[in-house]
Amino acid sequence: MSALLTRRKLLWGTGGLAVAVWLPKLTTMAQRTRTPLPLKPSAYIHIGPDDAVTFVIVKGEMGQGIVTALSQVLAEELDCDWSKVRTEFAPVDPAAYGPMQGVYGSTSMRTMWTPMRKAGATARMMLVQAAAQKWNVDAAQLRTENGFVIGPVARAAYGSLADAAMRLPVPENVPVKDPKTFRLIGTSAKRLDTRGKVSGGTKFGIDAKVPGMLYAVTQRCPVFGGKVASFDAAKAKAVPGVKEVVQISNGVAVLADNTWSAMQGRRALSIQWDEGANANLSSASIRSAMAALAEKPGMVGRSSGDAAAGATKLEAVYEAPFLAHACMEPLNCTAHVRADSCEIWASTQMQSGARQTAAQITGLKPDQVRVNSMFMGGGFGRRGGVDFIGEAVEISKAVGVPVKLTWMREDDIQNGPFRPAAYVKFGGALDADGWPVALTARVICPSFFGGGDGVDGIAVEGIEDLAYAFPNFHLEYHKADGAVPTSFWRSVGYSQNTFFAESFLDELAAAGGKDPLAVRRRMLQNSPRALAVLNLAAEKAGWGQSPQGRFQGIALVNNIGSFTAQVAEVEMRNGKLRVQRVVCAIDCGRVVNPAIVKQQIEGGIVFGLTAALKGAITIDKGRAQQGNFDRYEMLRIDEMPKIEVHILNSEADPGGVGEASVPPIAPAVANAIFAATGKRLRSLPISLA
Amino acid sequence: MAGVTFVVNGRRETVNVPAEMPLLWVLRDTLNLTGTKYGCGISLCGACTVHVDGHPARACITPIASVSGKSVTTIEGLSADVTHPVQRAWIEEDVPQCGYCQSGQIMSAASLLTKTSHPTDADIDEAMRGNICRCGTYNQIRKALHRAAQIQAETKAAVQA
Repeated sequence: MSALLTRRKLLWGTGGLAVAVWLPKLTTMAQRTRTPLPLKPSAYIHIGPDDAVTFVIVKGEMGQGIVTALSQVLAEELDCDWSKVRTEFAPVDPAAYGPMQGVYGSTSMRTMWTPMRKAGATARMMLVQAAAQKWNVDAAQLRTENGFVIGPVARAAYGSLADAAMRLPVPENVPVKDPKTFRLIGTSAKRLDTRGKVSGGTKFGIDAKVPGMLYAVTQRCPVFGGKVASFDAAKAKAVPGVKEVVQISNGVAVLADNTWSAMQGRRALSIQWDEGANANLSSASIRSAMAALAEKPGMVGRSSGDAAAGATKLEAVYEAPFLAHACMEPLNCTAHVRADSCEIWASTQMQSGARQTAAQITGLKPDQVRVNSMFMGGGFGRRGGVDFIGEAVEISKAVGVPVKLTWMREDDIQNGPFRPAAYVKFGGALDADGWPVALTARVICPSFFGGGDGVDGIAVEGIEDLAYAFPNFHLEYHKADGAVPTSFWRSVGYSQNTFFAESFLDELAAAGGKDPLAVRRRMLQNSPRALAVLNLAAEKAGWGQSPQGRFQGIALVNNIGSFTAQVAEVEMRNGKLRVQRVVCAIDCGRVVNPAIVKQQIEGGIVFGLTAALKGAITIDKGRAQQGNFDRYEMLRIDEMPKIEVHILNSEADPGGVGEASVPPIAPAVANAIFAATGKRLRSLPISLA
Repeated sequence: MAGVTFVVNGRRETVNVPAEMPLLWVLRDTLNLTGTKYGCGISLCGACTVHVDGHPARACITPIASVSGKSVTTIEGLSADVTHPVQRAWIEEDVPQCGYCQSGQIMSAASLLTKTSHPTDADIDEAMRGNICRCGTYNQIRKALHRAAQIQAETKAAVQA
């Protein structure tokens, strides 16, 4: 601990208080992914002699509000003046923050909640002890309020005590506050990052500027896995502003004195590609390979009871397409490689991976690499990849000057990695009274963790872990071909599997002549939290009482430690679909900032609805056929439903929210369309043709 | 490559860049005004929205030569101290999530309020449908835009009184 304090002190100069807290291992994510991911991050508080309080935020901000929410937790326990809180992003430092600095799986608040409370409480205690020594009184006689330690005869601002407090030994097992006394946690404190984002002042990765830097764009092989065979840079070099053309491991980079000239230079490149093994890959060939696997027994996952149980039998096949993340800020990275150091400026979800990648490419030691975390213009899982960081480092290494690499929008949409296309074959059975009693699922999806031979936990999440009690359940998994690069996309396996499962459950309800809500209620008797959100969503939506011409569908997900139910209300006019209203109920445990939770829930619904109505990357001749927002469309303001969010009161530890509301919207809408038209939609995006 | 002279946020600037270079990259790379964002490069997302002589324009498809002698306003120049009614309303409603598209959203919204002091929801749909927000802040944008109209009216009333 003292070494850490010294490190921070060196980093920050003297005259402040720093507190480090070690975290327990991150078990939630480890269990979720079936891969041990030990994580020991830490958090720091710095109080200047001028009373300015700076919180070092170890999580990246991609819009999810974590800078504000973590600050609320720290400030609550520290009892500091909220109006004086400033934040900065942490550097990569495994000794201080553990080996896996990053943002993924909606885990930030779940993993940081307790350590941040302890950090705040410990720092507060040290300030109190410093005051007690100064006034020669018993610490028990002192209290704190809004940045002051207050004693029987005197009060002292935190800033005046910080220096002395820092010299004290770090106390252990400091108690945290009784939640009943919270004054900041649980309130909709204003976001700390709003002002910069409405003034144009916030610096995203793409806004980095380093003296002497060149601007780069890279041409990658349009065919997945292809390589450069040869290229002619003469015309590119003739473009005004172009300074250099270099080959890197996955393409050819053009460097210029501005981004636009680099883009012009790229257009002038002449490259012969070795298109490799995927040159004939197409959506049709990928689909037929998955369909063939669906006819064969797969690896067995969760299995209980008798898969052949039940009277009435149903079968159905569901499928979902590849999807791009399409963060509004195109991928980019600024890198400066020198002989003995490398500095990176990046909007990244994976700080540790960025540093590791740079070290590997440069041959430098990891601690010779400095990563500056920038605000992210969206992440959605895409910025968990470090491919674009590696490219920038390679280019800077090749040319010996600082380089800002910017991906064009077309690069972003065409190169992936994508949410995988997936396919499932369901079997279901009803008892004599028409209630569902058996579910079988054969899931075909690429593995999220590559090499493993077992059932990929993420590929089957949303089906294998359904909250509904099927007395007879049998899941099988086939690893689909991974020629198209795929990865994590906001809500990951749930993004497609919840659509599959919640739609098929609706089919079972319809086949048994049951109300979709009644079937779900009956099957959630042993899942009180799931049942509560389902009931709340149904009640607030007025289930079964939609206005003339409007039709409802319902769906539920239990992911990232939270429970989320949605009712979608749709209208069909002249064969055209309009989603008019979405009612969402969530139990995400204790809420740190209700306004931020609502933002995340609304945003997740828009993200999921965009995919449900419009999203598809299709493949032909080994390449993506979409490249920009003309063919990869986004939901726009005139298509927005009314969204109502209801948050259940809960004293459970915080669950995740960033990915909670994405999965249920597609099945809720598809189920509403079934209610409206009798047409069952089994593939995405929704098509009424 | 000849010099192009224009006014940015009230300041006269002369840049020596190719005539067809889009205003977006002149602002961002040459003048270091990075509040204006690149999102698509083909006028489909609105992240690069600026005002040229008071009218909204997509900087990513506006050749620098076409703004010669004109006056360009970017997010950095919309107000001196983040007090434009749209900015005030955006702060009140905490509209941004990631915030990347918001410069463009705010410039489009400010433009709408100049033309239509009390926009209806249909006016907002029409004026704002060119601006994509991937975080899905659209309902907050709508609410904040109505609030901005109120703030603008109150400000005008206060000035007249």
